[in-house]
Amino acid sequence: MSFDVLVTLCLAYVLLLFAVAFWADKRAARGRMGWIRSPAVYTLSLSIYCTAWTFYGAVGYAARSGMEFVTIYLGPTLVMVGWWTVLRRLVRIGRIQRITSVADLISSRYGKSNLLGVLVTVLAVVGTTPYIALQLQSVTLSFDVFAGGGVRADGDSLTQTALFIAGGLAIFTIVFGTRNLDANERHHGVVTAIAVEAVVKLVALLAVGIFVVFVAGGGAGATLEAIDASEISEWHAGPARWMTMIFLSGAAFLCLPRMFQVMVVENSDERHLAIASWAFPLYLFLMSLFVVPIAVVGLDVLPEGANPDLFVLTIPLAYDRDALAMLAFLGGFSSATSMVIVAAIALSTMVSNHIVMPIWLNARKGGATVSGDVRTVVIQARRLSIAGVLALGYLYYVFSGGGTALAAIGLISFTGLAQVLPAMLGGIFWRGATRAGAAAGLSAGFAIWLWTSFLPSFGEAGLLSASVFTDGPFGLSLLRPQALFGIEGLDPVVHSVLWSLLVNAVIFCLVSVLTFPTPVERLQGAAFVNVFRYSEGAPGWTGSAVEAEDLLMMSQRLLGTAEAQLLFEGEAAGQGKSGYIPDVTPAFLEKLERKLAGSVGAATAHAMLLQITGGVSVTVEDLMKVADEAQQILEYSSQLEAKSQELGRTARQLKEANDKLVALSVQKDGFLSQISHELRTPMTSIRSFSEILMHGETMTPEERQRYSSIIHDETIRLTRLLDDLLDLSVLENGQVTLNEADWTLEAILDRAVAATERAGPGPAMTIDRDRAGERTRIRTDGDRLAQVFINLIANAQKYCDADAPRLRIVVRERQGRPVVDFMDNGSGIPQKAQAVIFEKFARVSDHRAAGGAGLGLAICREVMHRLGGGIAYLPGQGGAAFRVTLPRRQAEAA
Amino acid sequence: MTARRVLLIEDEPNIIEAIRFILSRDGWRVDTHSDGETALAAIRTRAPDLVILDVMLPNRSGYDILHDLRRDAATKALPVLMLTARGQKKDRDLAEKLGVSRFMTKPFSNSEILSTVRELVG
Repeated sequence: MSFDVLVTLCLAYVLLLFAVAFWADKRAARGRMGWIRSPAVYTLSLSIYCTAWTFYGAVGYAARSGMEFVTIYLGPTLVMVGWWTVLRRLVRIGRIQRITSVADLISSRYGKSNLLGVLVTVLAVVGTTPYIALQLQSVTLSFDVFAGGGVRADGDSLTQTALFIAGGLAIFTIVFGTRNLDANERHHGVVTAIAVEAVVKLVALLAVGIFVVFVAGGGAGATLEAIDASEISEWHAGPARWMTMIFLSGAAFLCLPRMFQVMVVENSDERHLAIASWAFPLYLFLMSLFVVPIAVVGLDVLPEGANPDLFVLTIPLAYDRDALAMLAFLGGFSSATSMVIVAAIALSTMVSNHIVMPIWLNARKGGATVSGDVRTVVIQARRLSIAGVLALGYLYYVFSGGGTALAAIGLISFTGLAQVLPAMLGGIFWRGATRAGAAAGLSAGFAIWLWTSFLPSFGEAGLLSASVFTDGPFGLSLLRPQALFGIEGLDPVVHSVLWSLLVNAVIFCLVSVLTFPTPVERLQGAAFVNVFRYSEGAPGWTGSAVEAEDLLMMSQRLLGTAEAQLLFEGEAAGQGKSGYIPDVTPAFLEKLERKLAGSVGAATAHAMLLQITGGVSVTVEDLMKVADEAQQILEYSSQLEAKSQELGRTARQLKEANDKLVALSVQKDGFLSQISHELRTPMTSIRSFSEILMHGETMTPEERQRYSSIIHDETIRLTRLLDDLLDLSVLENGQVTLNEADWTLEAILDRAVAATERAGPGPAMTIDRDRAGERTRIRTDGDRLAQVFINLIANAQKYCDADAPRLRIVVRERQGRPVVDFMDNGSGIPQKAQAVIFEKFARVSDHRAAGGAGLGLAICREVMHRLGGGIAYLPGQGGAAFRVTLPRRQAEAA
Repeated sequence: MTARRVLLIEDEPNIIEAIRFILSRDGWRVDTHSDGETALAAIRTRAPDLVILDVMLPNRSGYDILHDLRRDAATKALPVLMLTARGQKKDRDLAEKLGVSRFMTKPFSNSEILSTVRELVG
């Protein structure tokens, strides 16, 4: 097959991926996620764990070391199934905290430490570069295999191919990895393309496997026999080695930047994790199913010395199955490209966020940061970082000259990235983990890994001279890279993993225990460790108005409501605004910080403001919750101050209580005086007229009749007053029992209208009803509600001063609650009086017209309160208008 | 002899009727006002022999009217009998400070009000 055909095929395949990514991006932009964000795509995207190393290299691994390759699949499987809680926690934290990468996770957890961000970024770049080189190498080699001997001898041509591949991948990644810059850093197009690639590589490997078993191996039976006969089906590794390998691949699965990217950053729904927890191990199982047969048959049918790392390709070629070989090639190509693309995106995010941006911000310190400005810089930084990462991979490939054992490089990478594990797990499970601990542990682990694993990987005469291996640096034999502290005879990988992670974890814990976390670390630690407690449905927030409000809420907690409001109101007034929400200006923040520092200490105040204005790392809800933490800090730093504040607070509370008592007493006096007046007035008439009648004064029968009826009426008035008073007292004390039943508003209104029909003096009132609306069904105490309605209708009859009095009763629904509006066409209630009409004995006009004691609306208010609704005056309706709000309707079934 | 005149400022119709009955039987002429302002105008036009004043009135209270009467030289010495349905001591104190001639709490007995009126005009 010609090289050109192959290149054309690759280009066509890449164009297809472009199309898929483009289409998915467009669809996502229109909000039609559909299966773009399905658990299937999520699971498939996790398959970037299977790189060219697993696609090609697993066979080679099996050919060299037997069943040991299985450990590479077992680690992630165990993590997926057994460490379910860790994954869920990571995904939740990632979403809540808007984590963009592993480096961001670590840095954010430890108080937004830039040092840690840089450390993890460097580790990730150093650990991933060989891996990218590995992918370039495998694609280049597979090209070479296809192109046949013609190009094989030509080393320059190989590196040129690698250069083209690196360049092409860089362009693809830049185009789809840096299109947008949202806070969550999700790349719908790329992820969908990755999923397509995952299918291609699985199909390719299964196809090759089936071909190998049934054609090249001569059927299932023959192949199984060959496997039995082969050494490959046996374990060669000792328990130390395979346990280490399983642990290592599991750890890498969590810590690899590209895995973190697809698993946490790109995750759109936590529930997908549940499906992936069995679907992904299944994918791994299928990927590993034919590894042994291919290795056994390959060793059998191919000439001695053939590179087992390329059996997947070379077996079909040996049988002249060009189409199958092509498919296998595409599978390998997919494995390599998907890994490189995601890794480049993940690394570029880290590099731009933790290295480029801090430098840029530092360089222009003091200058205002306009958001559009920053956006451009971030995107440019990412693009450059992607190109940089791929350039590094390419350079490593050229420099290392393309080692033959792919698996070795993979394990070195794994070990390096696993150094993040202690800080990561400690960070999400242990509140006591501190920045110093994480930094010390990571640095130590990183250094040991460099010394025992990374540098030796360049060979005994590579970066380290041979004498270092045998005698240690400067003749210190304790520090020999592969026999650290004199422990000899260990497998190099086990040796490196053991020492680096052990020292890492021990130092991490020790330093964490010995150091004291800063306030920001406390906040973040609480938010991370308690992510499930604090984060249920916590919404994000943006916009400066919301920020100012959050600041106000925070300040109220720390300064007290009145003082905080005063401060904010004053600032708003200074800016020429009314209300409590000023613009958040730097000057205002400074002022606020000084103010807050007075009550919680400078560091905490600074940290809290940073958290609120910085806006990405903690949700406001979290902050509020951890305000308790601030309380503790306050105790540490200024106990005396707290005491005196407490005294002040107690004094203030006492004064408030006293003021309240005085006001209550005044209110009670007023009430008694009112009652006295209301009782004595009718009693005066009664006493006077009864004396007149008693003393047998001469009078006409009409006069006698009239005076008797006055006594009678006034007695009724007194009785009514007492009834009202008792009713009100019962209502106010909450002793009332409600007789709830199902009613229509119509029935209750009918009762009320009938009860008020007694014609009074003056023109009769027309009542307009709303029969349709009145069909509303409610569950309430019908007598009580009728009492309210009667009061309102009677009031309208008494007070409506129109020539043709008219009352409209309208039923509406507002916010799911039925409301009944009573609106007359009179002159309404003066604005000044509206505020007091619901108070006891508040009467707007003079006594005579009122007839009652002025308790009617007060009773209405209490009744509605008991019924779970409310009553209010509706201003601006022309006449007097009252709105009765009923409680939210229960299920219609009743 | 012309009948002696009482000017009653009160807004409860039944109480007006009772007082009118009691006093007119004793030969008094009773003019009634339910609003303080019109009552003041009437007093200035022609001073009565006695003013009976309720405390709780619409618009201006009885205290306001008493205050106005005492400030005006023409009515400074006019006998004023104040009636109140609020029987608290501070109400009485306020009325006395303002220069009330007599302060009575409702409900009153008919003979009591009659003798007080006679005494004040006496």
